[in-house]
Amino acid sequence: MYARIYVFRFPKETSDKPIICKLVKEYDVEFNILKATILPQHEGLMVIELMGHKKNVRNALDYLKTFGVIIEPLSTIIRRDEDKCFQCGACTGICPTKALFIDRPSMAVLFDPDKCNGCGLCVTVCPVRAMEVSLLQSVSTLP
Amino acid sequence: MGNWKVQKTYEEINARIKSGEAVVVTAEEMVAIVRENGPEEAARKVDVVTTGTFSPMCSSGAFINFGQSNPTIKATKVWLNGIPAYAGLAAVDVYLGAAELPEDDPLNKVFPGEFRYGGGHVLEDLLAGKKILLKATAYGTDCYPNKAIEKEITLEDLPYALLMNPRNCYQNYNCAINLSEKTIYTYMGTLRPNGKNANFCSAGELSPLMNDPLYKTIGLGTRIFLAGGIGYVGWHGTQHNPAALRLENSTPKRPAGTMMVYGDMKHMKARWLKGISMQGYGATVAVGIGVPIPILNEEMAGFTGVSDEELVTQIVDYSYDYSHGVARNYGEVTYAQLKSGSIEVNGNEVPTAPLSSVVRAREIANTLKEWIEKRDFTLVEPVQTLPDK
Repeated sequence: MYARIYVFRFPKETSDKPIICKLVKEYDVEFNILKATILPQHEGLMVIELMGHKKNVRNALDYLKTFGVIIEPLSTIIRRDEDKCFQCGACTGICPTKALFIDRPSMAVLFDPDKCNGCGLCVTVCPVRAMEVSLLQSVSTLP
Repeated sequence: MGNWKVQKTYEEINARIKSGEAVVVTAEEMVAIVRENGPEEAARKVDVVTTGTFSPMCSSGAFINFGQSNPTIKATKVWLNGIPAYAGLAAVDVYLGAAELPEDDPLNKVFPGEFRYGGGHVLEDLLAGKKILLKATAYGTDCYPNKAIEKEITLEDLPYALLMNPRNCYQNYNCAINLSEKTIYTYMGTLRPNGKNANFCSAGELSPLMNDPLYKTIGLGTRIFLAGGIGYVGWHGTQHNPAALRLENSTPKRPAGTMMVYGDMKHMKARWLKGISMQGYGATVAVGIGVPIPILNEEMAGFTGVSDEELVTQIVDYSYDYSHGVARNYGEVTYAQLKSGSIEVNGNEVPTAPLSSVVRAREIANTLKEWIEKRDFTLVEPVQTLPDK
């Protein structure tokens, strides 16, 4: 089973078309929508986890691309500023997916972007604002 | 002085440092040394134990003299990058507090507030060599006629900048939980409802005052690592409470001793002084401090050999008890349990998170160890040790 979280950006002309449902129906890919901002006649944004056979997921992504959907793995748009982070660990108490976690016994505070679901809770909890989620900025700039 | 089998003086230890013979270990390394050899043998082997801590310490700030202007000014109100500094001192002297916020900060009006920039951030920016915009106003006198100035300053330009923190290095601190039904935002971080998480804030076995629990070697004049430079212990800090409940090993089970520290900012580094924003609470600063502890006798060896398993704190509810002065706790836990990632509260397993960086605390202890090994740093016998009652 292949599972990965993606960020989809939909062109505004797709907002009235049923697209995501086809992933199940045509490609046998399961999904879990973590965040979606879809408005009529506006560029849409979705954070979504896809699960299924790797080949099916790849075909499903190719299908989405035919609509002009821009696809990025979530892990590439979430970043920890290593100069700012002083590895206190405050984020580890609030991160729901354990993407931010403590290595023991070193007590080093580590970040695994592949486990991150883009919730953004760490951004404001971090005392030095070391977490950057560019996704949140794009959502807030949407009308 | 007690009747010890091993007795060393500051002079003897410093002579060994100067000749490159001193044995220096970190407080983490000392745990195993004392376990294997016992305190007496450890005291013969080891001369100095280095400690470290790097965590939020709100009671911090700096005395700054920003130099005179022409015509001269007796500043009555001063802002550094929009952060007000206390100017009720001589003409161009101010004190900038780490927790100070801009006058137009939205604070908690949209709860929880972000507190993106405060006094602590100005201190960090100064150390980073950034330009800071200084504004000052005055009423004008015959000797100081100027009524307003505005200029850019850098740490290098400043005639004087002394970090002077009235309360740092708390000897132990509460483990915070939230037993209410809504998320709360505290200086101990964000606490989820119904006791779903617990935050703690101490370097445990690396923490300076945990390694000298009865203040036998730390006091007025103790030379320390402060924010990457050299600093000194001034006196005990505000809220210093030596009478706190203690374990048999003399370490406190509650917040106890504190230190007032100071040092020349010109030798400090931004890496070790970080402006921080606690969501819903305010702005403050994280300070890196390391204290060298001379192993004068087997008692000090025993003290510095203390491990996380032997250090204890209390679990306190921050939704009601803390804010209403209710002296109640929900049990005691060791730092070994806290650092393991989960503790038990009221029969439930609760995940823990630290606010104090153990990685950086260790780096400070190692840096101080290097300084001493390179003979760049010698120990100072305090004029007066911190009050123990």
